[in-house]
Amino acid sequence: MARTTTSVPPLPWSTRFDKFQRRIAPYLFISPFFILFAVFGLFPIVFSMYLSFQAWNPIQGLGTMRYVGLENYVWLMDDPWFWRSITNTLWIAFAAGIPQHLMAIPLAFALSRGISSFRHPLTAAYFLPYITSAVAIALVFQTIFGTQFGALNQALIYLANAPWSAWLFGGLAENLPVNWLGRAPYIKPAISILVWWQFFGFNVVLYAAGLATIPKDYYEAAQIDGASGRQSFFHITLPLLRPMIFFAVTLTIIGNLQLFDQPFILTGGTGGTSQAGMTVAMYLYRTGFEWLEMGTAAAISWLLFLLIGTLTVIHFYFFGRSGLESRD
Amino acid sequence: MRLRASPFGRGGDDARSGRNLFGTVILYVVLIALALLTLFPFYWMFVLATHSQSTIFSAPPPMWFGEFLERNYNALLARLPFLRNIWNSFYIALMATVATMFFASLAGFAFAMYQFRFKRVLFGVLIASLMIPPLLGIIPYYLIIQYLGWLNTPRALWVPAMASAFGIFLMRQYVASSMPRELLDAGRIDGASEFRIYWSIALPIIRPGLATLGMLTFIGQWNNFLGPLVVLNQRESYTIPVALRTLQGQVQTDWGAVLTGTALAVLPLLIIFVFASKQVIEGLVAGSVKG
Repeated sequence: MARTTTSVPPLPWSTRFDKFQRRIAPYLFISPFFILFAVFGLFPIVFSMYLSFQAWNPIQGLGTMRYVGLENYVWLMDDPWFWRSITNTLWIAFAAGIPQHLMAIPLAFALSRGISSFRHPLTAAYFLPYITSAVAIALVFQTIFGTQFGALNQALIYLANAPWSAWLFGGLAENLPVNWLGRAPYIKPAISILVWWQFFGFNVVLYAAGLATIPKDYYEAAQIDGASGRQSFFHITLPLLRPMIFFAVTLTIIGNLQLFDQPFILTGGTGGTSQAGMTVAMYLYRTGFEWLEMGTAAAISWLLFLLIGTLTVIHFYFFGRSGLESRD
Repeated sequence: MRLRASPFGRGGDDARSGRNLFGTVILYVVLIALALLTLFPFYWMFVLATHSQSTIFSAPPPMWFGEFLERNYNALLARLPFLRNIWNSFYIALMATVATMFFASLAGFAFAMYQFRFKRVLFGVLIASLMIPPLLGIIPYYLIIQYLGWLNTPRALWVPAMASAFGIFLMRQYVASSMPRELLDAGRIDGASEFRIYWSIALPIIRPGLATLGMLTFIGQWNNFLGPLVVLNQRESYTIPVALRTLQGQVQTDWGAVLTGTALAVLPLLIIFVFASKQVIEGLVAGSVKG
């Protein structure tokens, strides 16, 4: 008896290929990132963890790597330069960071609610330093901070002698001209001024974006109820801007703690008089690439990561939750 | 965080009734003065680039352009292979930009358009990778480059930068918000392969976003300092920032030459910014204010 096969004929090759390419396409499309991330992102982190438990000078080859346990970390805990770099970094992070935000919020408010023309050119002007090479900017600021002929000192001397502004200086006028980059007490303020100048515009833009999400009706309603501009700022703008403040401050914490280019250039790569301008990132660079202590440098990078993580968590704990609640 | 990522969205109007003219004028004066303060260092950089060592260091400092630009430029070329350094910066930034535009839009397209297994996990890894401070891997990065024999080559810098998580994230947002899923199905019905759909349908749609990503990548690579400082140690292979840094270390720093080099380093960015500041700013904000 003849058995007839009633099964469907096999799919033509082209259809099978089509199904196949459709299934693997997304994986193929995202694979370049994951391959590069594995090699240049994930592996370095794991390896730097491993390296932080080793003593190793790269000149002598991979074979000379020696397991030393926690020695690198223990050594750093007793290292005065490491602690100085930590306090320097925190000092600069706060001195440059806090004024940035205190200034950026009202400025963004003024830009988006106070004026109607030139909004974009003004924002662009404030923003420009953010996209400029930090090295180029630091070099220009090195001339601005010059002791005898720098623009900043000349401006300060002018203001200290002008009859209408002399009172502002009080007894400070005799300290002029300031040796900004040569004397230890002035190096951190100089770096902070530069960092503040370079990044406040970025925060203005962030806050302007946050302000744009606040419905205009709120202000109109407040105005009808007789609220002043000041009252709407404190009772409408600030509370609703809170998630953005939280976010922008987080970015500042993460960025400022990794500060490298600006202090490196302003102090000529040395950290300045008695390392007053040496940040953790600079200390990490010098330990690894000048003194060739790769294991210790890797340990510094993990301690810095720990510091960034701790401060971010503290920030989140104190300011994050309420920010999250008001978002929902 | 759900935020409309435009700093130029809606705003107030000072023509509102009840706002006094005096207050508005004061506000403009303050805002413009601050803008001038922000722009002053740029102006001064160009001024000093045209002055000699002795006029740079004089009181009061020069505030208008001088005649030493050519001398400074020649002094710069005498100390450094500066045209070569400019070329290196340009080449690295260009390669990274072209590669990022391609790979990031491809991956962003995949994350926005497809449902596939492990998608959430993989996207989570991508976002988590944005949180890693770049300094954490700097020592192993140097060792990898050394192991590959890439020290002092442009590859050392543009290959690792080829597919940035930031770029993929940005492109995913653009694709998700501008390309309807029906187009994907329409392409399939017409018999196009998935890559063909990306190339012929998605790419033209996201072109504005792609241009923004391109500019941001170029700017980031052009300004990069720590990476080149670590893996480039020959004058011929330096990028501009590293080259400028070596001038600074010399006993008698020739500031005219340094500032001429600095001005040349900043000029391309100024040009991009003059023509596309809105796009650059909005792109950076959209990238920072995630999701």
